[in-house]
Amino acid sequence: MRDVSFVKIRRRIRHFLRELARTVLLAVPACFMLAPAALLLSGSVMSGLELSDAFAPILGNAEGYIRWNLLPDYPTFAHYGKLLFYTPQFFTVFWNSVKIAALILGLQLLVSVPSAWAFAVYRFRFSRALFVIYVVLMLMPFQVTMLSQYLVLSKLNVMDTHWALILPAAFSTFPVFLVYRGFREIPKGLLEAARIDGAGEFAIFTRIGLPLASGGILAAGVLGFLEYWNMIEQPLAFLRTRALWPLSLYLPSDLEGQEGSAFAASVIILIPALFVFLLGRDHLERGIVTSALKE
Amino acid sequence: MKKKKERRSFALFLLPGFTGVCGLVLAPFADVVRRSFVTAVTQEYVGLSNYRRVFANEAFLLAVKNTVRFTAVSLPVLLTLGLLLAMLLSGLANAQIWKSVFLLPMAMPAATVAIVWRMVFAEGGFLNLALGTDIDYMETAGSFWVLVFSYVWKNLGYTVILWLAGIHSVPLDTTEAARVDGAETCRLWRSVILPQTRGSFYTIAVLSFLNTFKAFREAYLVAGAYPQESIYLLSHLFNNWFASLDVDKMAAAAVCMAGVLLIFILLFSALCLREDD
Repeated sequence: MRDVSFVKIRRRIRHFLRELARTVLLAVPACFMLAPAALLLSGSVMSGLELSDAFAPILGNAEGYIRWNLLPDYPTFAHYGKLLFYTPQFFTVFWNSVKIAALILGLQLLVSVPSAWAFAVYRFRFSRALFVIYVVLMLMPFQVTMLSQYLVLSKLNVMDTHWALILPAAFSTFPVFLVYRGFREIPKGLLEAARIDGAGEFAIFTRIGLPLASGGILAAGVLGFLEYWNMIEQPLAFLRTRALWPLSLYLPSDLEGQEGSAFAASVIILIPALFVFLLGRDHLERGIVTSALKE
Repeated sequence: MKKKKERRSFALFLLPGFTGVCGLVLAPFADVVRRSFVTAVTQEYVGLSNYRRVFANEAFLLAVKNTVRFTAVSLPVLLTLGLLLAMLLSGLANAQIWKSVFLLPMAMPAATVAIVWRMVFAEGGFLNLALGTDIDYMETAGSFWVLVFSYVWKNLGYTVILWLAGIHSVPLDTTEAARVDGAETCRLWRSVILPQTRGSFYTIAVLSFLNTFKAFREAYLVAGAYPQESIYLLSHLFNNWFASLDVDKMAAAAVCMAGVLLIFILLFSALCLREDD
């Protein structure tokens, strides 16, 4: 009897130790993931004096190392106030970003869903070959298409306008791919049955296709938002007028004297992305997995 | 359905999107290919001379070297770490919170990350504080490792999710069978589960590889257009050539890059396709 319970206890201890090790091993990288957000938050409510004091070693104005209180001595919302109420440029830039992201996602929806439907439902040699081209385009980094985009955008006379960012992104083939995966799951028999019942191709698309596409559309939306909220290369290349810049380029490279507003601005940039991230967590995950499925 | 009707419907649904893809991507890229063989100003045919100039360009060679080195170092680190974390997570019933935490960096815009990296890696930053040293990591060859860290930090969650999906797609009966046969956990992973995630490995590798080009964002925001030379990447080079409108050099470099990536992508899809079709 005693032997049995001893074995049981030993097993339980081993199990506990294993779980403990697992948690520790997961917690270490998790801390790294969370720390930057925590630093940003604490910095944004730190009083100007404390902040510039803490930051002096970073900017090379003082000896020693950065001193940081995650819970500031004199918390204040002054930086947010200054940024939101006395910095009209910030508003301009914020709305630039909102406008760019919203227009891109809206246009992508209009363009990519019918395209995805075409590839998913009508499959013959030519359509399959074309789809391979779409996938290859989806995988090409911006640098490859930078010059060709520039040539076409300047011909269209939209350089240095928001359309220079919106147009190329609206025709991105990435959302086509994500929505396509959703459409492929529709059983072929269902479409055939609808055809036999006399439904037209467009009716089949709106009645059967669209309701089933929502998963892929949401996944594309979440991934797309995180991407376009964070656009750096395109505005850097295609926008000269600073008033047109998106948030991602707003932060000054010289932080001296502006640490507070830089932190507050960072947090404000982060909030919409975080919001979409938390709301769309499941779609995001599905989108990631879908993007890796092979065809 | 009749072949002809099928083709017509396909064309109608695809038309709006395809017009844009053709007009904004395919046709202009064809023009770039043409431009890579002519001079920028006079449009005279010069054969491969633009390509020769690109390959003789020191900045280009440096950028290629750095990009290759960056990829060769950061990809294995990312894939291994991602796999280890996914293995740890795969046994948990409720891994959702962990997954969200690991994905968080994906939602953090580069602009917000840049300021944190400065706090960590500057001469008076946290890293030096922890190590008791005073090296400005952004101004020395250490900046390379900062970029590797930044890339892994940003993409780790993505990779973990993909590995997890791969691990979960391994049929349960094979793992059960192995367990019944008395395989230890270690053995189970090495001989049963991991070999079956080979397909996932290729996809994860390609997607992560393509994400290496996005590491430019953090590098640019922290160090500007001309960073310390060990992190001068192809993205910097394109950006700077673009700023000076070196059209002929850019065209040749873009064609080379597209060619290399195309070969890489086709090779990869050939490796993956063989398994299922």
